[in-house]
Amino acid sequence: MELALDTSASISVAIVDGDRLIASASEYAPRSHAEILAPMIRGVMGEADATGADVTRIIVGTGPAPFTGLRVGLVTAQTLGRSWGIPVAGVCSLDALGAEHGGRVTVVADARRREVYWAHYEDGVRVDGPFVSVPEEVRVAGDVIGRGAALYTEVFGGRPEARHDPDPAWLARLVRRATACGQTDFPTRPLYLRRPDVHGGPRA
Amino acid sequence: MDPLVLGIESTCDETGVALVRGRDLLGESVASSMDEHARFGGIVPEVASRAHLEEMLPTLDAALASAGVSLADVDAIAVASGPGLVGSLTVGVAAAKALAVALGRPLYGVNHVVGHIAVDELIHGPFPDRFLALVVSGGHSSLLMVEDIAASVVELGQTLDDAAGEAFDKVGRLLGLPYPGGPHVDRLARGGNPEAIAFPRGLSTPKDLVRHPYDFSFSGLKTAVARYVEACEDGGRDVPREDVAASFAAAVADVLMTKTIRACRELGIQTLVIGGGFSANSQLRELAASRCAEEGIDVRIPPIRYCTDNGAMIAALGSAALRAGLPRSDLGFGVDSALPLDRAVA
Repeated sequence: MELALDTSASISVAIVDGDRLIASASEYAPRSHAEILAPMIRGVMGEADATGADVTRIIVGTGPAPFTGLRVGLVTAQTLGRSWGIPVAGVCSLDALGAEHGGRVTVVADARRREVYWAHYEDGVRVDGPFVSVPEEVRVAGDVIGRGAALYTEVFGGRPEARHDPDPAWLARLVRRATACGQTDFPTRPLYLRRPDVHGGPRA
Repeated sequence: MDPLVLGIESTCDETGVALVRGRDLLGESVASSMDEHARFGGIVPEVASRAHLEEMLPTLDAALASAGVSLADVDAIAVASGPGLVGSLTVGVAAAKALAVALGRPLYGVNHVVGHIAVDELIHGPFPDRFLALVVSGGHSSLLMVEDIAASVVELGQTLDDAAGEAFDKVGRLLGLPYPGGPHVDRLARGGNPEAIAFPRGLSTPKDLVRHPYDFSFSGLKTAVARYVEACEDGGRDVPREDVAASFAAAVADVLMTKTIRACRELGIQTLVIGGGFSANSQLRELAASRCAEEGIDVRIPPIRYCTDNGAMIAALGSAALRAGLPRSDLGFGVDSALPLDRAVA
């Protein structure tokens, strides 16, 4: 079994066995990642009747995403992996949406501060991005999906059904596919895409 | 055998992990991002948060190695859940929760500021039944009445404006010293005359002592130093930096100790514990030793390396919470950047 989680938009956890989804949970709570994620993992593992000994790999979305929530997912995945002595694989969170939709698609996520994270996909493969910019600067190709698209309907067209966050079960599927193709390195480095805000700037 | 407690600290710019059994520190590791902040003249929260994520696993591994234990040996986990920077706190709390879930062990969210006092039990042994604690750091200057470090802490007073360490950093800036100014001002002060300039003692008039017997104020003192430096510069005189630093440091230590001793006397307290980053200050340590000796008060101050932020203080407070039989924290607790000091355990 594999435990997959993503905190780039919603807080989402899934336990999968191959392509089979065993248990999952998801909640959209932009300021409560540290509160919600750990109990959610415990709950989903209970539902799957799984213990740490059953989990062979952890998969985590590496963003891009608002920083504090993203770090909750990454440090949780890394610490679980260390505690259970199993590998942790990182995947760009937007890839889950690109792969799930298929075909030609632009994935647009909410970056707050009136900006979005975005990337282009062809048949589930990221061909450009991820980037961060104001919505008006997104180069649209194919369908437009994701929470950012739903948030800025005036830019991307009104598609309320497009409100959709990365599904960790899809992240797990992507890692499994890449592993089958021989990929061994799945870095868990956060995709911040922005430098830290420094008020006042360096002092002489 | 006492339970083995793993403590995690990440409230500001230090990532700390330590292992404590009972009141024995078995091993620890601390990583700091201070070098990355120094050029900005202050802590940059996002830089600190990013560093915590990078340092968490290496610090955990190093602490376990230095204690000679493995994660399977850990009986309980403690983490600082506040007060502090939200982004920094969040990394440590998430890591601690992941450990609690993965290992199936109880988790205690504990108060960082109270931890600055709790750490002294690892150095000087069990606390008496009743004592006063003075916590002084870059973020806090508080006087606490303690009957049980985990279960009964009452805040008697606190700073109404700047913390003592903060005032030192600001005066360091006025004197053209690098950030963080505290240690630099301390060093400069050792070469000066502490009685050269009569700087004010905040909240010390008879009227203030009625309304704020155990509160502190350092912003007026900082302003007085700024005026003095300006007057020298306007008059074309060299600023006597050593004397300014020494007289300023003397004013801070004097007001802290005068109010603290007064509280000890009024409340019939025999033991004083001083903790927090600013308790590394040499003038404060000397004055505390001499004044407490005069009054017959037993004063306990941890060695300097345990005054700054570290995992040992959090593991020590977690260990005290277990000893006091407190219930574990619910796994759904959040970080609290303004956690009140009378809540030692979240």
